[in-house]
Amino acid sequence: MKKKLFAVLKLLLPFLAIAISVLIYYTVSDNGKQKKTSHPYYLFLLYAIGAVILIEILIGSFNKDIRKRILHKAPFLTGVIVFLALLNFITTKTLLLPTLYFPSLDRIVGLLVESRVFLLKNVGDSLKLLITGFLWGATVGFLTGLALGYFKIVGYWLNPITKIIGPIPTTAWIPLALSTFPTTHGANVFLIAFAVWFPVTLMTSSGIQSINNVNFEVSRTLGASTLYQIVHVAIPAAMPSIFLGVFYGTVSSFATLMAVEMNGNASGIGWYINWQKSVMLYDGVYAGLIIIALICSLSLTLLFKVRDRVLTWQKGVIKW
Amino acid sequence: MVGEISIKDVHKKFPNTDPTKEDIVALNGFSLDIKPGSFVSLIGPSGCGKSTLLRIIGGLDKATKGELFLDGKEIRKPGSDRGFAFQGSNLFPWLTVEKNIAFGLKARHIYKEQKDAVAEYIKLVGLEGFEKSYPHQLSGGMQQRASLARALVGHPSVLLLDEPLGALDAFTRMNLQDEIIEIWKKHNMTMLMVTHDVDEAIYMSDQVVVMSARPSKVEAIIDINLPRPRARAQDTFQEYRSRILNVLNLGGKVDEVEYYL
Repeated sequence: MKKKLFAVLKLLLPFLAIAISVLIYYTVSDNGKQKKTSHPYYLFLLYAIGAVILIEILIGSFNKDIRKRILHKAPFLTGVIVFLALLNFITTKTLLLPTLYFPSLDRIVGLLVESRVFLLKNVGDSLKLLITGFLWGATVGFLTGLALGYFKIVGYWLNPITKIIGPIPTTAWIPLALSTFPTTHGANVFLIAFAVWFPVTLMTSSGIQSINNVNFEVSRTLGASTLYQIVHVAIPAAMPSIFLGVFYGTVSSFATLMAVEMNGNASGIGWYINWQKSVMLYDGVYAGLIIIALICSLSLTLLFKVRDRVLTWQKGVIKW
Repeated sequence: MVGEISIKDVHKKFPNTDPTKEDIVALNGFSLDIKPGSFVSLIGPSGCGKSTLLRIIGGLDKATKGELFLDGKEIRKPGSDRGFAFQGSNLFPWLTVEKNIAFGLKARHIYKEQKDAVAEYIKLVGLEGFEKSYPHQLSGGMQQRASLARALVGHPSVLLLDEPLGALDAFTRMNLQDEIIEIWKKHNMTMLMVTHDVDEAIYMSDQVVVMSARPSKVEAIIDINLPRPRARAQDTFQEYRSRILNVLNLGGKVDEVEYYL
């Protein structure tokens, strides 16, 4: 009985926090420096969070797993709401921080809503560039890594070259790439591909080289040809290491994406942030950052979902 | 009957890790004939080249000099006529039990025709219900069983066993010894096993080949004339034991002490 009461109280916490936030929003007077928005977007965001929690609680009354999850997450969500309320209080009610660099939540959320078409177009451009570059880099990286790791003669000739070219930071290539590639897009794809290529090559080749030789001997006694051995022993055995390489590559591809978009590109989220900053619209900068955070986090989540699928035989190495 | 192995004057040298020093001679003119369908154990001090010999028969290493034949055919590389059970189970950790056992059939592109053999061997080694398990979910003994099934599924005429039970606890080990003997009887194949366990060699083999220290040659070939199933506690078993230990110079000095008394 006591436990149940405690659970109900825990579930009420986020709603209490939302109610207090709304109360502060309307009762405390504004500092008057923030540009007014056409709608109270910050409150819309709070209502949306509240609605999602409510729906989860409703589903949770039928489903035990969801009930457990929402109970577990309720205090954290309350914390998020309190944090937003504090942020909103500081930016709209006080003059503690310069309002130019710290726009109100109304303005940031409002921009995300009102400019959604333009932002989505830029997200699309960024994703297209990121995915094209990533696929090139990962494919070429995998193949070079495989050749370097499996064939000693390839390793002998190419390893020193990889070791010199690979560690060059991708951004150092930007001037050269932009001047030598016929199109900016080509240069950008190359730069992102390069950022992915090196870690994938390195981790694929080292993954293959560290395979216990007995695996190859077993497969030879079972009649495997060289090709069969590469596909069915070398690659699966090196897969955990290959995934690490892809993980590092993905992370460095984000950095490169931003670098190339902020340098001479005319679209994409990186370009958008830079442009908003140059016209002193910091709500746009924050909106851009939020979008990037979402893209990067979702990409990594997707990557780890794929990994869990492919590497069911292995227990987790990196937690995400 | 198939599975006759003939080893003629086999030499094996390994380059020394220090290139200025002389090569290491592992086998120096080793000859042995193994009757088809027999169970033969190779025993000897560690580093005597018994595993090297097994690897050469398996086709994993090449002899520096000499010839080896299996049923009259010269051995040059691994073949479907020989199964190899390695020290430790060495299952592929990324494959399920079933897929581990099917690996050889798939690699030789005969999986479609011999699909049923996989289930048959899973049953033979008592792993029904574990087909979809990954190696890390199995106990050591079960892994070794799966590994045996993997080596046997292609119906080799010879099974080469390189200290297959070395990593197991005593009880699992004795159980698996019996199971290997059962498999051997059922399938009429030649078994050649490297072991460092004298009792295991006597318990399982028709013939125990005692090898000398490096460079290795045959020190003694001892026929084990005990009826099967064998009892480990038998008196005659103990006699074989002391004979082999004496050849290995590990028999102790009990006899001499009595002589002086």
